[in-house]
Amino acid sequence: MSEVIVVTSGKGGVGKTTTTANLGTGLAAMGKRVALIDTDIGLRNLDVVMGLENRIVYNLVDVVEGKCRIKQALIRDKRYPGLYLMPSAQTRDKTAVTPPQMIKMVQSLREQFDYVLLDCPAGIEQGFQNAIAGADRAFVITTPEVSSIRDADRIIGLLEANEIGRTDLVVNKIKIDMVRRGDMMSVSDVSDILAIPLIGIVPDDENVVIASNQGEPLVGNATLAGRAYTNICMRVLGQEIPFLNFEKRISIWTRVTGIFHRN
Amino acid sequence: MGVLHIFQKKEKDSGKLAKDRLKILLISDRISCSPETMEKLKMDIARVISKYMKVDTGNMEIQITKEEAKNGRVVKSPILYANVPILDLKH
Repeated sequence: MSEVIVVTSGKGGVGKTTTTANLGTGLAAMGKRVALIDTDIGLRNLDVVMGLENRIVYNLVDVVEGKCRIKQALIRDKRYPGLYLMPSAQTRDKTAVTPPQMIKMVQSLREQFDYVLLDCPAGIEQGFQNAIAGADRAFVITTPEVSSIRDADRIIGLLEANEIGRTDLVVNKIKIDMVRRGDMMSVSDVSDILAIPLIGIVPDDENVVIASNQGEPLVGNATLAGRAYTNICMRVLGQEIPFLNFEKRISIWTRVTGIFHRN
Repeated sequence: MGVLHIFQKKEKDSGKLAKDRLKILLISDRISCSPETMEKLKMDIARVISKYMKVDTGNMEIQITKEEAKNGRVVKSPILYANVPILDLKH
């Protein structure tokens, strides 16, 4: 019953870690048992986005090298009882772990969790191979920019070549105003080009930065991005949720940002 | 639709421009065939056909596409489409 999802993109800075943190937190808020694994060895970030950086004792490399048990490396989230984080090692590099070791670790996590989410590093080297090794399905994150879409296309090809069962698209950092005046590709432009099923649309929302400053994922709150992530979580659970219609929401959006400015 | 439109139109929304650039870029990425190779191929095709009839080489287009499966992703092998306007059938 459990599902292992790798969150990947090819290009850096498009929102893999933010997406992983929010999906994991959202699924846990919906009562699921979730393990988040930061597979970016040497550049660990998921702990910071989750606000759990002060609780790290052991990490992924320690588990793989047999220095500790999986349970010892899993950090329990401060918000939801079913949510755990396996941090990456900061002082090692990608070669410290191999795909067979990842498969073995993911297999044992699978027995204890409903969802295992793997935050993939940027690039297509060994870190990527490690992250996708044990995954059942993948979420490809892209922004509506040429470079990021090109990398996403390459990643989709590699996921296919590695026989990942299912690959879904998340279009992140959409700027509604720019799309409306024709200066940004629309979500349908992006999904037409990449030709994989769309599972999420996340608007460019400054609340994402605020949330990461605070180390609190924004899934579930009333911000546009928070709602977009909640919707993705519900789609992961198999519910049919319509995509947010940003065109109609401009006035509300302005009101929402207005409230934040006043505060 | 064609490659040439991008060069003909000067004023254009940058979003549309990005999409058109990507389409061309991804065709060559996906089949690992560079735009230069495509141009050479086009010229070679034009030369061969010119042996038999007069063609408008300036307005011909070639494109490699992949047929898409219903569930979205590409399954079949790529297809080369050539659009070669004929000026005169007799040579």
